[in-house]
Amino acid sequence: MKILVGVKRVIDYNVKVRVKADQSNVDLTNVKMAMNPFCEIAVEEAVRLKEAGVASEVIVMSVGTTQSQEQLRNAMALGADRAILVETESDVEPLNVAKAFAAVVEKEQPGLVILGKQSIDSDNNQMGQMLAALTKRPQGTFASKLLIDGGKALVTREIDGGLRTIALTLPAIVTTDLRLNEPRYAKLPDIMKAKRKLLETLPLADLGVTSKAHCRIDKVEAPATRSAGIKVASVDELISKLKDEAKVI
Amino acid sequence: MTTLLIAEHNSSVLSSSTLSALTAAQAIGNEIHVLVAGKNIESVANAAARLSGVTKVLCANADAYEYVLAEPMGDLVVHLAASYSHIVAPSNSESKDFMPRVAALLDVGQVSDICAVLSADQFKRPIYAGNAIATVTVLDDKKVITVRASSFDKSTQQNDQACVVEAVDFIADSNLSSWQSDDITESARPDLASASRIVSGGRGVGSGDNFALVEALADKLGAAVGASRAAVDAGFVSNDLQVGQTGKIVAPDLYMAFGISGAIQHLAGMKDSKVIVAVNKDEDAPIFQVADYGLVGDLFDVLPEMTSKL
Repeated sequence: MKILVGVKRVIDYNVKVRVKADQSNVDLTNVKMAMNPFCEIAVEEAVRLKEAGVASEVIVMSVGTTQSQEQLRNAMALGADRAILVETESDVEPLNVAKAFAAVVEKEQPGLVILGKQSIDSDNNQMGQMLAALTKRPQGTFASKLLIDGGKALVTREIDGGLRTIALTLPAIVTTDLRLNEPRYAKLPDIMKAKRKLLETLPLADLGVTSKAHCRIDKVEAPATRSAGIKVASVDELISKLKDEAKVI
Repeated sequence: MTTLLIAEHNSSVLSSSTLSALTAAQAIGNEIHVLVAGKNIESVANAAARLSGVTKVLCANADAYEYVLAEPMGDLVVHLAASYSHIVAPSNSESKDFMPRVAALLDVGQVSDICAVLSADQFKRPIYAGNAIATVTVLDDKKVITVRASSFDKSTQQNDQACVVEAVDFIADSNLSSWQSDDITESARPDLASASRIVSGGRGVGSGDNFALVEALADKLGAAVGASRAAVDAGFVSNDLQVGQTGKIVAPDLYMAFGISGAIQHLAGMKDSKVIVAVNKDEDAPIFQVADYGLVGDLFDVLPEMTSKL
């Protein structure tokens, strides 16, 4: 079984983003970029399935600028076999990304697609579900446990009230939550090896997908800031402040 | 122009986030219909029919919708979509699952987690863990929207006269996925997403057993218990207690953080709380930068002292 994994280049999760002075967008000049943390978990899960003999090949794919090659090489250093970069000039909306993935799913026929549940830049949480709808495959979102058993995938999902396990008929789409696994670090020899692995680059149009605008960003502002309050010296002072000043207890 | 609001419920009552999403739907300005889908949901549908501003309730009562699985739910909403300009749901683990399917099947985009309605096609939504707020205009004719409940007041006004409740007989046929089991956390405490007071613990609490100290204060205050990602990852508490960018987004009147350093991702989930209290051993912890009241100290001293003095 082939596994297709999505990888997105995003701002490093430790970096606090700033808004541009003209409010046109956030400022990503000279900001550290990295693989989206949920995508790292997706790569790790696919590699583990290959190591367990469940998967035969792990293909990583990104839709983004040419710099996304860095994250794809990184994914191959973690154990993916080859990579596909659908190269675009700028950010692509989730539905257009889903259409690009659907075209590759049609061509590669993976038994499983594993994606991060959400990218930490646009915070949309849409692409995997959209891909499932477009390819008419079942979906298991927010997975904290994944078991492949014959022609089924058993997915334990993190839901608002706790955990829910569902069974999906393969082929299927799974999106990762934080507790699915702990991604490994790439070892130096693997980083070197990854440089020789196949990375195919193609434009969106080659997949027969036309990027359509569904949403226009008019303005990006900094949120209302919260200023630090005061330090209290004791529990008694804290209780009296909460009772008499804030009046919340 | 009519808006379809998809209700969240537990088969007996509407969730409070549905009432917040109703406020957002009212701000959009259209006539509002509410879809209640599930099994044995007549009482929920009848309650929805009394909500102010709602002119029709659609009741899809069938086995297929019992667990709100994404595939049948998506098909159901798409089946109804022709009559609506806006399809709106409160943002939760169910709507996050099925709404993007609805959007893709209708070949339109989705606007996730709106925090303000500027007009019928212009909204604000947080991006980058809430460190930036984007104003976006939806270009599609049909608008698929999820609503961040903590950004809108609950619409609790009731009409004396209930509006019409119409049964939907469409049964989505999906054999692609099936429900197997649930492991739902049972708690007598208030629901985290809608609680007016929350006591949260982080890595500093040290163990699952030590969380009893957090719970004791929460119970004294009638508060919900929350946690940081670090505490959930370490297995101190279950995942449904996680507050943060990808966990629950909360905005209670009082949020008390014990042993939580204040990573960007945690702040994203709680910084809209009215009053924030932080207790941490490390006086440089970033959580103090957003706290109204900070106490530098050992939570193992502060928690029992506070619980006993309240």
